[in-house]
Amino acid sequence: MRVYADHAATTAVHPQVIEAMLPYFRTHSGNPSSLHTAGQEAASVLADARARIAKCLNAARPEEIYFTSGGSEADNQAILSAAELGAKKDKKHIISTKFEHHAVLHTLNKLEKAGFEITLLDVPPNGVIRPEQVAEAIRPDTALVSVMFANNEIGTVQPIAEIGAVCRERGVLFHTDAVQAVGHLEVDVQAMNIDLLSLSAHKFHGPKGVGALYARRSIRLQSLIEGGAQERGKRAGTENIPGIVGMATALEWACAHREEHAAQLRVLRDKLISALSAIPHSVLNGDPDARLPGNVHFCFEGIEGESLLLLLDDAGVEASSGSACTSGSLDPSHVLLALGRPHEVAHGSLRLTLGYETTEEEVDHIIRTVPGIVAYLRSISPVWDALEKGERPYILA
Amino acid sequence: MLYSEKVMDHFRNPRNVGKLDNADGVGEVGNAKCGDIMKIFLKIEEGIITDVKFNTFGCGSAIAASSMATEMIKGRSVEDALTLSNRAVVEALDGLPPHKIHCSVLAEEAVRAAVKDYYDKNGIAYNPKLFKNAHECEHCHL
Ligand SMILES: Cc1ncc(COP(=O)(O)O)c(C=O)c1O
Repeated sequence: MRVYADHAATTAVHPQVIEAMLPYFRTHSGNPSSLHTAGQEAASVLADARARIAKCLNAARPEEIYFTSGGSEADNQAILSAAELGAKKDKKHIISTKFEHHAVLHTLNKLEKAGFEITLLDVPPNGVIRPEQVAEAIRPDTALVSVMFANNEIGTVQPIAEIGAVCRERGVLFHTDAVQAVGHLEVDVQAMNIDLLSLSAHKFHGPKGVGALYARRSIRLQSLIEGGAQERGKRAGTENIPGIVGMATALEWACAHREEHAAQLRVLRDKLISALSAIPHSVLNGDPDARLPGNVHFCFEGIEGESLLLLLDDAGVEASSGSACTSGSLDPSHVLLALGRPHEVAHGSLRLTLGYETTEEEVDHIIRTVPGIVAYLRSISPVWDALEKGERPYILA
Repeated sequence: MLYSEKVMDHFRNPRNVGKLDNADGVGEVGNAKCGDIMKIFLKIEEGIITDVKFNTFGCGSAIAASSMATEMIKGRSVEDALTLSNRAVVEALDGLPPHKIHCSVLAEEAVRAAVKDYYDKNGIAYNPKLFKNAHECEHCHL
């Protein structure tokens, strides 16, 4: 049995989405900038996709949606645009959090080098930022607050509406990296006072390499890619029509089935959480309730995450880890460190993310597989040996 | 694939995994904070490594490098074991990705640490320069 439990990394394109995309490869292959019939057809398909995506997010108008190459580009453009707008008014302070995706953190690093002051909020032990933390950090020169909607590793869902309200009241722009949330959680940019929002199609059964940035009408975006006048001059390059149609179709489909899928996923998620919690000296990372319906994330003391992933893969379970060894860096996940997990424990992490296709049999297979592999790796681990002999204190109860 | 077939073979079926109760030399290197610890146990009779076991906390390549290093010194003289280089371990594993080379360094150091322990326990004189421990965890940025 092979179980794909890495839906937070990427998802399979839904068959309906593939069907919707095919004509735009096969026959309808015009360029929206062309004046002829094929071109104008493409332009109207593009406008239609924009309107459908705007509707799913409850954006006030379709023109507030800008197509990008994915979540990373949307994050970069949102933050750099807000920084530029702030700098014009001498506001060069930005607030974000320590557990953002690197697309946000690395962009903020760049701004810091360019003279911006960056405040990264600490992450409370349950992985949920408190709106008061944001309120306390806002200063008269704050140009932007950027807080992710849901964390990609530990799956915790942030109080976005409350943070949005704080930002609106204080007159500060609010960006949210909603790459893990869109299609999985209710997202309403107007009700939640979101000014800028990033999304990526491949996280909700759309194609890879296409995403969008929502920017409230009053916000003037900075263009990262210069060239033609596509996306109203904010993103040059011939539009990825099949990808954009696929994204719109996937988002409509995901939003239509959101509650049904979430309910089904929560049952599987909680079954998995309760089974893995029985492994001694382990801990669930992140709040058990304020979390994505398909996210399970544990640390197991005394073992290292990469060897766990490789053995799980051999046993048919495809999972992920915030383990340093899987990332090419040797430091453990910045998310787990931000959560306050010591290095020793952060190295032994496992992320299992389920999708609507995940069956109970598959979850049972994971439950049958993980404890034995953890026990085996502990049996060959000198760290575990030292813990068991009392030569080293357990960190996880 | 991240790893060669050889690495995966030694990771999946590690040779000499375990502990030795009455080891003549034990070496432990690495740091749990950095994500790798290797511990090597040697049984030595008349200057020959007659048995060797290891325990490792670490990634796939750390386990594979420990396994390969123990294979390479088993049945050899203590002096031979001291000549084991991390490069030889990497070659025997058909290569390691660049950011995993430190696993082979740890394996070399674990063997040396175990031999040093054997020398110390038995009052055998040695040139301390042989055991200058270069690896002070410069890999992780703590
Ligand atoms: C929270 C978050 N932000 C941004 C990204 C980047 O998205 P993309 O892969 O579409 O560039 C991801 C996906 O890995 C993510 O999980």
